[in-house]
Amino acid sequence: MNDFSSGFREAARLLAGGDAELYGIIGRTLLISSVATLCSIVIGVPLGYAVARGRFPGRTFLLGAVNTGMGMPPVVVGLVVWLLLARSGPLGQFELIYTKHAMVLAQFIISLPLVVGFTAASIQALPAQLPDLLAMLGAGRLRVLWLISREAHLGLLAAVMAGFGAIVSEVGASMTVGGNLQGSTRVLTTAIVTTTSRGEVPLALALGFILLALSFAVNILLTTLQQRRDG
Amino acid sequence: MIAQRANYTRVFFTAASFALSVACGKTDSKSDPSAAMARDTSQPSTVAGGGAGSIILATTTSTEDSGLLDSLLPRFRAESGIDVKVIAVGTGAALDMARRGNADAVLVHAPASEREYVRSGDLTEGRLIMHNDFLLVGPVSDPAKVKGRSNLDEAMKAIAKAGPFVSRGDGSGTEKMELALWKAAGIDPVSVAKREATGQGMGATLNIADQHRAYTLTDRATYLALKPRLSLVPVFEGHPKLLNVYHAYVVNPAKHPAVKEKLAQSFVAFLASPETQRAIGEFGRSRFGQPLFIPDAGQDSSKLGL
Repeated sequence: MNDFSSGFREAARLLAGGDAELYGIIGRTLLISSVATLCSIVIGVPLGYAVARGRFPGRTFLLGAVNTGMGMPPVVVGLVVWLLLARSGPLGQFELIYTKHAMVLAQFIISLPLVVGFTAASIQALPAQLPDLLAMLGAGRLRVLWLISREAHLGLLAAVMAGFGAIVSEVGASMTVGGNLQGSTRVLTTAIVTTTSRGEVPLALALGFILLALSFAVNILLTTLQQRRDG
Repeated sequence: MIAQRANYTRVFFTAASFALSVACGKTDSKSDPSAAMARDTSQPSTVAGGGAGSIILATTTSTEDSGLLDSLLPRFRAESGIDVKVIAVGTGAALDMARRGNADAVLVHAPASEREYVRSGDLTEGRLIMHNDFLLVGPVSDPAKVKGRSNLDEAMKAIAKAGPFVSRGDGSGTEKMELALWKAAGIDPVSVAKREATGQGMGATLNIADQHRAYTLTDRATYLALKPRLSLVPVFEGHPKLLNVYHAYVVNPAKHPAVKEKLAQSFVAFLASPETQRAIGEFGRSRFGQPLFIPDAGQDSSKLGL
């Protein structure tokens, strides 16, 4: 129990003391996971629409693949991205391995199926005739998209939260493709691994509390957005 | 119905292209954070004349877990402008990275394996950097009665019989040393009583051995760093066979053209420089009351029994 209270104290001390390295790690964690989530939204939401509403051969297969991807082990994604980006790999000449870009790529791949899957589910929950109905009422195409997104906003924001939550807490892929480099690719989860294996348990625990708090803050923000119109 | 569907499909594709164009717009306006990223990955503003590039150093978990590299690298970065990407894995994995040309330099501690990689032309310009030693640690109760023995083979035999023993099992230099010790004592590692392999670094393995009240082989640096949290005690140490010797190499650019030869050379030279050697000798002294590594650059490696 003593470990937990010293973990709390350490977290408070580090945050209050403005520890530059800690704030660097926090900022980096947010930056990498946010950019990856944003990419997943940009690609995944239209893809989710397509899977939900499209009628094309292989749709069920694709949906099955997406659903499998929602439970994809991050460490496998990390290994594949590592093999692609390492110098001996096909994309080695770009020197992307052990950079934040590599981490964004891996996290994007991990969160994409979550965003696609949640989007598809929320779109499918709407009446199938809704787009045509709106068009008949005189809404233009963009307006139709906007109105549908509004109708589906509960599910879409759940998609964002699931995607972000999965990657901000992920350690396997981030460790493999980022390398846990101090001051450049060390994020909260990989820092926890390092501090634990160094025996700095209060610090590891402090980082854990901070990660939880961060995740909570982001989700409160998104949940507020999600629930706003439903009051 | 078909017309309606076609209509919907058109709506969808417009939507998709809209979203994608937003995406592209987003990526443009995002140039700010990604530029910040690029800056961040190079180095802080302390670097004179901007970043001179970066190298990948494949090394063992002990140099990272003990905190040694964290204490040495900022000075190298400030002096040379070179950013060192430290990938801390077991020696086996570090050597494999060299063999595939995925690293520029290595800092490892398995002299017998290293010689194979020098022979195969993957490693070059080897320099003796430092040493410390391995020690056998175990539970205070010492069920195998290892303490007080002076014969290493007998100590290993006693542990093999009583167990439990926790092995790294990750192809690291420490595991190679462990296997060599079993072999020297004439023991098949499979026959060791309650031997478990963690597949993890030294820090994690010590924690597991501690919780299992097991024996394990550890390097002194990691053991001292973790000691405040461990109930494990040294049961056998100070034997000349237990020396743990670190060499640094440049990955051979003749075989792996992507290797940044000049940068890697300057890093290896930095490790062997008098100032760094002094810092290595001082590292850990204030925290642990004894240095974690003994600097050896320029020494004759035959003194270390190699």
